[in-house]
Amino acid sequence: MSARRIDGGRLIDRTKPLRFTFNGRKMEGFQGDTLASALLANGQMLVGRSFKYHRPRGIVTAGPEEPNALVNLGKDKRFEPNARATTTELFDGLEARSQNHWPSLERDIGVLNDRFARFLPAGFYYKTFIHPRPFWKHVFEPFIRQSAGLGQAPRHRDGDTYEHVNVTVDVLVSGGGISGLAAALAAGKAGARVLLVEQSAHWGGRLDDAPDIDGQPAETWVAETVAALTNLENVTVKLRTTHSGVYDHGYCLAVERLTDHDPLGPGPRQRLWKVRAGRIVAATGAIERPLSFAGNDLPGVMLAAAVRDYLTGYGVAPGRRTVVVTNNDDGYRTAFALKDQGLEVPLILDARSDPGPVAEAARELGLKVAPGKGLAGVSGKGRVEKAAVAAIDGSGAVLDELACDCIAMAGGWSPAVHLWSHAGGKLHWDETDAMFVPDPDKPPLGADGKAMVRCVGAAAGELGAAEALETGWAAGLWAATETGHKPKRGAGPKAEPDEETPIAPVWVMPRGADPEKRAKMWLDYQNDVKVSDVELAQREGYESVEHTKRYTTLGMATDQGKLSNINGLAVLADARGEPIPAVGTTTFRPPYTPLTMGAIAGEARGDLFQPIRRTPMHEHHERMGAHWEPVGHWRRPYAFPRSGESVEEAVNREIVNTRQNVGLLDASTLGKILVKGPDAARFLDMLYTGMMSSLKPGRCRYGLMCSENGFLIDDGVVARIDEDTFLCHTTTGGADRIHAHMEEWLQTEWWDWQVHTLNITEAWAQIGVVGPKARDLLEALGGMDLSEEALPFMSWADGEIGGFKARIYRISFSGELSYEIAVDAGHGAALWEACLDAGESLGVMPYGTEALHVMRAEKGFIMIGDETDGTVIPQDLGLSWAISKKKDDYLGKRAQDRLFMTDPNRWKLVGLETLDGSVLPEGAYAVDDSKNANGQRETQGRVTSTYYSPSLKRGIAMGLVRHGPDRMGEVLTFPGVDGTETKARIVEPVFLKEAGA
Amino acid sequence: MRYSAFQIVRQALRGHQGWPRAWGEATAKPRYDAIVIGAGGHGLATAYYLGRNHGVRNVAILEKGWLGGGNTGRNTTIIRSNYLQDPSAAIYEKSRSLYETLSQELNYNIMFSPRGVMMLAQTEHEVRGYRRTAHANALQEVQTEFITPERVKELCPIIETRGPRYPVLGALWQARGGTARHDAVAWGYARGCAEMGMDVIQQCEVTGIRSANGKVKGVTTTKGEIDCDKLAIVVAGHSGVLAEMAGFRLPIESLALQALVSEPIKPCMDVVVMANTVHGYMSQSDKGEMVIGGGADGYNNYTQRGSFHHIEETVRALIETFPMISRLKMLRMWGGIVDMTGDRSPIISKTPMENVFINCGWGTGGFKAIPGSGWATAEMVAKGAPGALAAEFGLDRFREGRFIDESVAAGVAH
Repeated sequence: MSARRIDGGRLIDRTKPLRFTFNGRKMEGFQGDTLASALLANGQMLVGRSFKYHRPRGIVTAGPEEPNALVNLGKDKRFEPNARATTTELFDGLEARSQNHWPSLERDIGVLNDRFARFLPAGFYYKTFIHPRPFWKHVFEPFIRQSAGLGQAPRHRDGDTYEHVNVTVDVLVSGGGISGLAAALAAGKAGARVLLVEQSAHWGGRLDDAPDIDGQPAETWVAETVAALTNLENVTVKLRTTHSGVYDHGYCLAVERLTDHDPLGPGPRQRLWKVRAGRIVAATGAIERPLSFAGNDLPGVMLAAAVRDYLTGYGVAPGRRTVVVTNNDDGYRTAFALKDQGLEVPLILDARSDPGPVAEAARELGLKVAPGKGLAGVSGKGRVEKAAVAAIDGSGAVLDELACDCIAMAGGWSPAVHLWSHAGGKLHWDETDAMFVPDPDKPPLGADGKAMVRCVGAAAGELGAAEALETGWAAGLWAATETGHKPKRGAGPKAEPDEETPIAPVWVMPRGADPEKRAKMWLDYQNDVKVSDVELAQREGYESVEHTKRYTTLGMATDQGKLSNINGLAVLADARGEPIPAVGTTTFRPPYTPLTMGAIAGEARGDLFQPIRRTPMHEHHERMGAHWEPVGHWRRPYAFPRSGESVEEAVNREIVNTRQNVGLLDASTLGKILVKGPDAARFLDMLYTGMMSSLKPGRCRYGLMCSENGFLIDDGVVARIDEDTFLCHTTTGGADRIHAHMEEWLQTEWWDWQVHTLNITEAWAQIGVVGPKARDLLEALGGMDLSEEALPFMSWADGEIGGFKARIYRISFSGELSYEIAVDAGHGAALWEACLDAGESLGVMPYGTEALHVMRAEKGFIMIGDETDGTVIPQDLGLSWAISKKKDDYLGKRAQDRLFMTDPNRWKLVGLETLDGSVLPEGAYAVDDSKNANGQRETQGRVTSTYYSPSLKRGIAMGLVRHGPDRMGEVLTFPGVDGTETKARIVEPVFLKEAGA
Repeated sequence: MRYSAFQIVRQALRGHQGWPRAWGEATAKPRYDAIVIGAGGHGLATAYYLGRNHGVRNVAILEKGWLGGGNTGRNTTIIRSNYLQDPSAAIYEKSRSLYETLSQELNYNIMFSPRGVMMLAQTEHEVRGYRRTAHANALQEVQTEFITPERVKELCPIIETRGPRYPVLGALWQARGGTARHDAVAWGYARGCAEMGMDVIQQCEVTGIRSANGKVKGVTTTKGEIDCDKLAIVVAGHSGVLAEMAGFRLPIESLALQALVSEPIKPCMDVVVMANTVHGYMSQSDKGEMVIGGGADGYNNYTQRGSFHHIEETVRALIETFPMISRLKMLRMWGGIVDMTGDRSPIISKTPMENVFINCGWGTGGFKAIPGSGWATAEMVAKGAPGALAAEFGLDRFREGRFIDESVAAGVAH
């Protein structure tokens, strides 16, 4: 194994070696490694290229805030771009490739951008590439697009599955460090339902930094606490689960990674937890900040805590000779850990002039500390080789130069306040600790108007272990109490408090660095945003924090500013000459870490994405070779082509046969809404334009429904079942919408009316038996009396037919004799077959939706969605007969009296016949000769439906035309989109006069 | 200062210390010829064209927060004009054509990228609808065409055209539609306004509108009182609040509309695709992020956040349409407050208070309209009455029932 692997490594199992490849090179790591730790162990310092200048980049962090170590992971159906090496657990056979370079990571042509970096400052692209105009689309933009972007685009359909789970809990604890564990234990012991989630694969958080807890090693306390939590029935604990976002009313999302660390494992790849939480305890820790010195983006410059994590967690030494540069006590922990492993620490640079006891402790260990000093810069070819020391307050005069291969930088910590902020919690600036912390007086509020989130431990700015335990425990008690539980008295876990010397904020190192140095200080490593860029933005007036962000792209990289946004804000504040809180932060938005699209979608993919609704006769149609059409969520047969027959031929055959003999239509998809109650008749009188209250039980009436604005929204036949029961038929696509429309009026306006509505569409199978031989077919089936006397037009009856218990409606949408037979859905298929058998000698054939459409057009019946489009009122369609003159009111009545609705110039329904018998193009407009004030051709009408009529052997169309009904016989011109013109004559909209229902 | 490649080189040699402010730091004068409330795209464009087309340059643009910080900086940057109704097609096409040369006009690269916009037809009903739009567009001098599924696949190879649920049956294609850099539009107009001597005043919230005898006198702001002859209210989501200050009510509702982006990847999609049947649309930004939008929330609010279930529905729909996005990760989601009218068309209108004008109600489609909307609003403010572009968008239409209903053609937020 590699020279960089050293002793120790709490998280790895050296008995289980794993093989993986990076850019095709074979490497080895151990079970428990992350891809980042394994790469470091193999001496792979260069892991990627930056976004803009394509500068070489190494691993900086050991967590999800990593800006550099993003890789193309896996291949084919399991390929994922932009996977963070720092959070990708190593598995045997892992394949990773670095991103954003060509032809290779080591030799990248894009690095030319870096040569010209001085000419490419923040926002340069707003100031150039303006001329010549076509060059933006054809030259500049393609070039920029190609050099931007990070990972490769996946080429395949995702080979994995995902699932969603919904849970309601009293308390959601986010973060399995000691503070979160204490919170979960307090709430769990109080009897609250608790869900504890931890994003990593390990409990305890920064365990190596923790002192003894309750007199035992922290590791032991963590193990015992997790065991105790696992034993509590009311507590669920989840590793590898990231609390992704907090939404209104305690709605939270958490994503659990089930097989990312074990791609051959069973089950879905990820599980999205949709959690409704009473209270949320955010124990999300803090994220260390880099320091801004010249050359701070060289591979080998790392966060001090990350260096420590790789040492103690994974037994990996990122460097043999590490310079520690810090402005707080925490950097020393890294120096001690390095020393402990026998690694060289030539110097600890501390920005504070009086570092206090921790420096003494370092000196006692034989470490050299330089107070009041910082880095003038680091240099090296492709990685850190040399560090230059300077006084922190000077302009960067070099005092000393040190050879080194790693820089551990400790710039202080930023609490991870994201979950607090997602739903509106406010922050305030803690001057002493130089960090934004949650403002307890301005928490995000839950549905009860009270605080719903509390931050604890480092997330609340309490960096010490003692405070983390104390705030965690207290928050657990708070959350349990708030959700109705009574915690028993009892002390929480305790640790010895740790006295630390306060941080000395350093936003630019050294503080007096000149512009040239500032142009080499990276803030956002991925997007190549430097201190000088933020200062330039401010100079040019982009000084609101949101302007600066958008102008420089600071914080817009894949870490969303987790790493260095605060540094950027501080630089901006300094440039503006204002305190940091006056600048404020950008908005924290979900998700906390990027969330896989597949996990968002869950199971609802392929066949489960908007599942197709099928009628009881669906399979039968399938066997008959139906050509399907999606209508709403249904599939309906468009036609039933026979072998050797085109779809059009099938449609024509079906029409001719239905007009001559008898056809069968699967009408099951038509919406059926039951309206019942003492006020049902009154309700329907308001809903429909016609009078429904006067309808007699046993009778049917065609009805029109309008929106409040007067526009026609649906039509259908209403059957009165008994005094207070109606069955309203709607269009196929309209059933859900109309049901919701009814409910909206009942619930918001007429809430005191005694009416219930029920969508019973799927309870019934309904078959239209249509054509001159329809009655013959039904008589052949045998059963109830269907004579003209027993069942006149527009009536219905219950009875039995062919052995089926049925309800038969005598209604027609084709102009032919027609019965609609409704049976229990379970009997639909059998009845369909019975009808086909009984009608065989009569020439029965099923017909589809297109035949239905053509036949209704031949008779001049309107179709919702064709003749209507949300702008058409019944009066436009010659349907005034269906509007009751006797009623005081109905929905849309008042609107239909408005000026524009009664305008005689409104376009009205007519029939259209082409002069040459052809079929008018769909959607064509009839034009005038003039143009309007905006230079558009004036129109005077349009085609609403257009078909070939096999009955008339010519094209027929319906349309809306200005003054149409008064212009019979006039010829209109319809230009096509291809320069052609079609001429058509205005005729009555009823094309087929004879035959009778 | 004129921006150019030469200027960048010149400034680079001076360490970029010589760049002037893009727009000045202005303090309010006691009186202006015209005040525009709202320094979003529409407000800034209104002011810009007041100066450029009508010579009205004693103008202040007042902004409660930071300029361009509302919907101008929150949308999915789509520009198209393939609308169905004549008045809409006229103003959106005017706008699109102004976008074509806006970078040159403003000497600020707003990165208008006419990469083409397609609206997928995934049901027979949609096919008929888009064929109708294509016919209408041909008469409106808007270049669109209805294209085949094969052409759809050719223009955008990552689309699944034969999906199990909604196969692609064709698309309405506008080759000169596209995208632009949204922030740059606001910044470019702001710089243009400042160069004409106008005052862009940020962090200045209007708290009252003063009038005498039914005629506007000025505004009260958090930075004091400012007088004006004419006042234009151009504030999108909060239009109702401002209208109330002027004593009238608006027929609008404010809803949160959400969008999201993925992490950036290398170029894989060169066009904008809208899928109205499944409610989602997607394009790829120059940075490489897949930019995704969906429908508006079903309830009124001002939170700029929105609920997750809309994101879920949108992402589901888009994975069906673009299966390759499943393993991409959502980087960020956000919301903006859109002001929706009953007919989903904007309001550009005189108001009951004399010399007060309003521009609002752009709903989910305001970004694409910015230049045309500013052009038309400026004309109305300068002349005291709407010109041809704005004539149909008056407030009266709601009383008269003279709706300009676009929901026929666009069932989805965009």
